Amino acid sequence: MSATPILPNGRVLRYSFHERLVHWLAAISYVYLMLTGLAFWSPWLFWIATLFGGATVSRELHPWVGLVFVIATIMMLDMWGRQMRETESDKAFWRAIPHYIRNEDEQVPSADRFNAGQKMLFWGFFWCGILLLLSGLILWFPHLIPWNLRYLRYFAVIVHPAAALLTIGLFIIHVYMGTAMERGAFGSVIRGDVSVGWARRYHRIWYEHLLRNVPAKK
Amino acid sequence: MSQATLEIRRISGHAGPAPGDGVRREFDVCKLIDTTTCIGCKACEVACLEWNGLSFSETTFDNSYQTMPETQWNYWNLIKFNEHEREDGTLQLLMRKDQCMHCEEPGCLVACPADGAIVQYVNGIVDFQQDHCIGCGYCMSGCPFNIPKFSPTARKVFKCTLCVDRVTQGLEPACIKSCPTGCLHFGTKTEMKQLAETRATQLRDQSGFANAGVYDPPGVGGTHVVYVLHDATNPEAYGGLPRNPHIPWTVKLWKSPLKWLGNIAFIGGLAGVFVHYLRFGPKIVPPDEETPPQGPESSRGNEPQQRGKP
Repeated sequence: MSATPILPNGRVLRYSFHERLVHWLAAISYVYLMLTGLAFWSPWLFWIATLFGGATVSRELHPWVGLVFVIATIMMLDMWGRQMRETESDKAFWRAIPHYIRNEDEQVPSADRFNAGQKMLFWGFFWCGILLLLSGLILWFPHLIPWNLRYLRYFAVIVHPAAALLTIGLFIIHVYMGTAMERGAFGSVIRGDVSVGWARRYHRIWYEHLLRNVPAKK
Repeated sequence: MSQATLEIRRISGHAGPAPGDGVRREFDVCKLIDTTTCIGCKACEVACLEWNGLSFSETTFDNSYQTMPETQWNYWNLIKFNEHEREDGTLQLLMRKDQCMHCEEPGCLVACPADGAIVQYVNGIVDFQQDHCIGCGYCMSGCPFNIPKFSPTARKVFKCTLCVDRVTQGLEPACIKSCPTGCLHFGTKTEMKQLAETRATQLRDQSGFANAGVYDPPGVGGTHVVYVLHDATNPEAYGGLPRNPHIPWTVKLWKSPLKWLGNIAFIGGLAGVFVHYLRFGPKIVPPDEETPPQGPESSRGNEPQQRGKP
């Protein structure tokens, strides 16, 4: 299967239909979980539950949507797990992070398909997702936890919001960078393609592998 | 006691103050349970079921008089029977009526995220409002006494109301009314504490119970149900009455420092990305970098790129 990475429209395919679908499955389920979770986080945000059919409905649906998010996360691990492994270039990227923040991208080392920040996002969400799943299962069925195992409940009530807060921090940065900050990134996860200049500038190692017809590491 | 006792002092999951906080000159109510004069007749259990019209549930036999292992969503009042072996080898049958303790600092209310699902009246009664309950069960994690119980059919949590409907009409709770030995008393917290201390002194001085005392645990700010125990140094012997009950530290951590840390981080994160945009703006690929790829690849055909898994 020979191929040029350049699409007929002169752009580069970055995310396949399958990848985009899984991303949005995770994104939409996460936003629901975050908003209903925030409603239970603070009395001042309890009104958010009204937008989703009331607090009782939100409490019933939140765990089920959580399962959807877990499935999407497992699919992302299958799609991207190997590409998210840390490489030598990631350390150089972190050292150059002040340049990246100041938009001095010429001084940022070349990145593979995912840069070190994207890898942090991925693994942050993955490990927090595991904590959220474990604590969430306990919070789903608190009445099935016998009294002598009550420490499981005490563990869950603190781990669930703490892990959720970490993901919200990652989420804010991710959404900001994917929409407002890095022009072209949002299109890549909607239509799937990026411009040649974008691919070369932000993910040069990946781009050059594509040109040499080397499939991205699976 | 008047209708004013239904003024609300504290509300679960509530933004802002409670309407009755610090308004009324009401006295706190209190139930006194003298375990030394309880005969285990279970009249209080029956009276509770009858007054509250609760559905009947299965009893379980475990070689004792005890009706079931613990209170249930539809069984709010349970006498716990314990055969306690004393140091001299003699047996003592300890009987303790178990129900909601109506804590001054209620862990259930602190843990509850639903606005108005748990209220504390100015008279000290902690009451669940099932129409506002969302069935999350956090109250079960906040309670140090294992009292709130989840109904799988109603998908709400229930517990003893201290017969708030009777109390506001000037009546005593149903369990008190039914007790044939007078081991249950009801009145103001001050009166009940005095009565309890008098009884404990009597037990110590005249009945040979040197460790007799009153159970009104300070870890939860005191309770609106107090016990007289033959041996106040060993409350665990009375069917697992905790020695020093308090709201679980993870619940406190979650509801105070983590809450503030989280709120600051949340607002800080939003402000941070906004300020970043103002200061540095977006990353935009310069137009002169948008050149077609050089080299052999551009000479190839227009086949779509290999997608997905290799």
